[in-house]
Amino acid sequence: MLNYIIRRVLYAVPIIIGVNLLTTLLFFYVNTPDDMARKILGEKNVTPALVEGWKKEHGYDLPVFVNPAQNGIGKVTRTIFFSKSVPLAWLDFGKSDRNNIDIAYEIKDRMWPSLAVALPTFAIGILVNLTLAMGLAFVRGTYLDLWGVVVCVIMMSVSTLFYIIGGQYIFGKLLVLSPISGYDTGGYAAKFVILPVVVGVISSVGSGVRFYRTVYLEELGKDYIRTARAKGLSETAVLFRHGLKNAMIPVLTNVVVSIPFLFYGSLLMESFFSIPGLGSFTIDAINAQDFAIVRAMVYLGSILYIAGLILTDISYTLVDPRITLE
Amino acid sequence: MTMTPVVEVKNLKTYFNTPEGLGRAVDNVSFSIERGRTLALVGESGCGKSVTALSIIQLIPRPQGFIAGGEVLLNGRDIIPLGEREKRKIRGNKISMIFQEPMTSLNPVLTIGSQITEAIKLHQGKSSSEARAKAVDMLEKVRLPEPGRMFHEYPHRLSGGMRQRVMIAIALSCRPDLLIADEPTTALDVTIQAEILNLIKELQREISTAVLLITHNLAVVYRNAENVGVMYGGKIVEMAGVKTLFRNPMHPYTLKLLRCVPGMEKRGRMLDTIPGTVPPPTEFPEGCRFSGRCHREMEGCGTIEPALSEKENGHAAACHLYDPEFMNKPLSRPLLALESARPAPVNVPHEKRTTILEVQDLKYYYPVKKGVFKKTSGYLKAVDGISLTIKKGSTLALVGESGCGKTTAGKAMIQLLKPTGGTVVFDGKEVTGMTPRGIKPYRSLMQIIFQDPYSSLNPRLMVGEIIEEGLKSLRPEMDGKARREKLSRILDMVGLTPDMMRRYPHEFSGGQRQRIGIARVLVVDPRFIVCDEATSALDVSVQAQILNLLKSIQRDFGLSFLFITHDLSRVEYIADEVAVMYGGKIVERGTVEEIFSSPKDPYTVKLLSAVPRIETV
Repeated sequence: MLNYIIRRVLYAVPIIIGVNLLTTLLFFYVNTPDDMARKILGEKNVTPALVEGWKKEHGYDLPVFVNPAQNGIGKVTRTIFFSKSVPLAWLDFGKSDRNNIDIAYEIKDRMWPSLAVALPTFAIGILVNLTLAMGLAFVRGTYLDLWGVVVCVIMMSVSTLFYIIGGQYIFGKLLVLSPISGYDTGGYAAKFVILPVVVGVISSVGSGVRFYRTVYLEELGKDYIRTARAKGLSETAVLFRHGLKNAMIPVLTNVVVSIPFLFYGSLLMESFFSIPGLGSFTIDAINAQDFAIVRAMVYLGSILYIAGLILTDISYTLVDPRITLE
Repeated sequence: MTMTPVVEVKNLKTYFNTPEGLGRAVDNVSFSIERGRTLALVGESGCGKSVTALSIIQLIPRPQGFIAGGEVLLNGRDIIPLGEREKRKIRGNKISMIFQEPMTSLNPVLTIGSQITEAIKLHQGKSSSEARAKAVDMLEKVRLPEPGRMFHEYPHRLSGGMRQRVMIAIALSCRPDLLIADEPTTALDVTIQAEILNLIKELQREISTAVLLITHNLAVVYRNAENVGVMYGGKIVEMAGVKTLFRNPMHPYTLKLLRCVPGMEKRGRMLDTIPGTVPPPTEFPEGCRFSGRCHREMEGCGTIEPALSEKENGHAAACHLYDPEFMNKPLSRPLLALESARPAPVNVPHEKRTTILEVQDLKYYYPVKKGVFKKTSGYLKAVDGISLTIKKGSTLALVGESGCGKTTAGKAMIQLLKPTGGTVVFDGKEVTGMTPRGIKPYRSLMQIIFQDPYSSLNPRLMVGEIIEEGLKSLRPEMDGKARREKLSRILDMVGLTPDMMRRYPHEFSGGQRQRIGIARVLVVDPRFIVCDEATSALDVSVQAQILNLLKSIQRDFGLSFLFITHDLSRVEYIADEVAVMYGGKIVERGTVEEIFSSPKDPYTVKLLSAVPRIETV
């Protein structure tokens, strides 16, 4: 197992370098350092000297990937890509390009609101989806099952934006049960979090229930389920004791990989509900062309994704005795 | 001596609603089994054997399937009208069942122990520790090594044979009145098969349970049952004591079934076959279910259904041939001329038996990788230095248990796998170590037919495309017209019609798909064909058709076969020479006569003695 994890972490190195390379490439394909400087300094009354000064100060006065002016190793190291990427290795995210704020501090600070929304959405979502899916599996082949699936298909066909705006209208405006958007610290956060969580769960029901139901029904068609029935077990014992643990295996693939991402928050939810989390942080940075933040968030995202994949593999060994990691 | 039967099935009817209409999968089936006795139900797949079993244990898949009539009396009480709660008390307790697929019949995420104790706790109300003791006791009874440790093992650590022992332990843990064994050994090697059947018999004697044995293997029936019911089209067409049935089969279907089993005495002749395949339950004929395939069919057979009636002490058959009243009517005019004797010898003349394939010290090792960097730490010697020669126009059978390296050896011979060592000389040219370009001409000369006709054909391609693909790749010089001509010629040869080219594999039966597989191979004009368990997935009557086809193409084209199989009855019928493989090595080689009459190696002896045989035929 340890060998496996070490190997996977080593595999992650070229992946992360590659992601970083792509981010830099894409960013500077659209922008030049001059564009960045002008955008951040303001469009008016900007002299070339100011632009040069800003670039020098923020380390954007170098070529992006190759520096022809240097010799030997300097051709590669004295570049934007190298000088900006290397500190990421020890999680030194530096300061943002626009306001000179400490990105690492900002991430630590904004992580909690993201988590406050994402974690309940995730946990309640799984619970609700799994319960509904098992309910449909229990009445499989009946009209109830058929209509359940139809409703699921309808629900998954509706855009998340509709649920967000609809939720805000009904619960925030008509019923005035919760604030439309915003956030507060500590215990006051709860009333702001409820609506995004409810909307998040509802928007996941359609595809979630349908997926879990399929997985579960496939499991119920297996030979060992027939064996369990032939033993004289009750239908609930068959469904729960024999079916559920096996059905969890494919469900895990879908679910565990997203656990690290709970810190990351949801881009959509956070910007609509004005949650000061990492999701809205990223969106704002993209809008502001703040390369330092975008780079840091993409880097963090790829690390979290890889961590999620490794976690998934480890979780397999916990539920499936057939799998050992080597 | 008359005993009250443990289980009595009376006029059982189990139907299925399908999109094609009502399928009468089990239609008016009656039989009874006494305590300690075994009744075997035999027949090809799709005859209603398993549905009969599931009807008895009340596990028909609903809502499509339903019991439309009849009674299942367990110790005199009809269990069909009982409520689900009552039925559950019977399942696994009074009636238990073991299934065909030991590899998938156990829950992979629960320990062996918990899967056995489950039934004990449920039905006998025992505490966990009592149930545990009982389970370990059962594990010992089914002769699994270290039962105490086995209790905590997960199923994937056990071989197929061991898993079937666990299934038996579960099934017998509550000392049922009736044990249903649905093809309990079909998926197992022949040596394991004998052990499992003996184990069932022994435990049956110990707890004097009745057994309903379901199988398609007539030889298994002969050894393991007292009474036999032959099923066809959802009906029992013949019922008799085992000796009587094999000595004096009455129903034409039984007769044909017995005749199409390959064996030593049928060497050199074509096998008897039953034309066509078992129709789906929605398309069973109106009258006798066997009409349309029967070689004794008479004018009235297709419309008037024969009743199962006793002809002589306990021997019953459902056939108009034994009904004097029917035979006196004009309806009894035979429809088809009785089949004449099959065309005689098919063996290729022995004179020009030069060597086509010479294998010297062939090795194939799978690397075993370990550690952080997956360094190769050792090798799994799947094929470990085998040598053999195959003569032109002859068949060499490579036999052995699953996992002995037969298939790997076959693939390495035709260079589908690159051998780790050794040489293969094909028609005087060494093909090992050739470049991909150099080997290309040999690809069409050396071909392989796979075991599973269901999964070895691409479901997204039409049959014509599947067959044509090889031709396009290996014979690029042929134009479209020439290819299509060749295609229809080959299809005709394997017994398919050219219009089938535009259809997809799922529209065909297993036998037809294997014909497609053979056509796919024949179209590129091979000289040497590896038949990897090519008939193992087929029913015995269809197997006979395919074996005949293989024999006739061998005769017509002077082809050489490497026949990879675990079924020795096929070997004695089709092969000229035999090589017995065990653990990656060939332990014995010789002609069929030598090996079968005087085996030298102890493993060969064991293998041969494990094969169930019908002695009266």
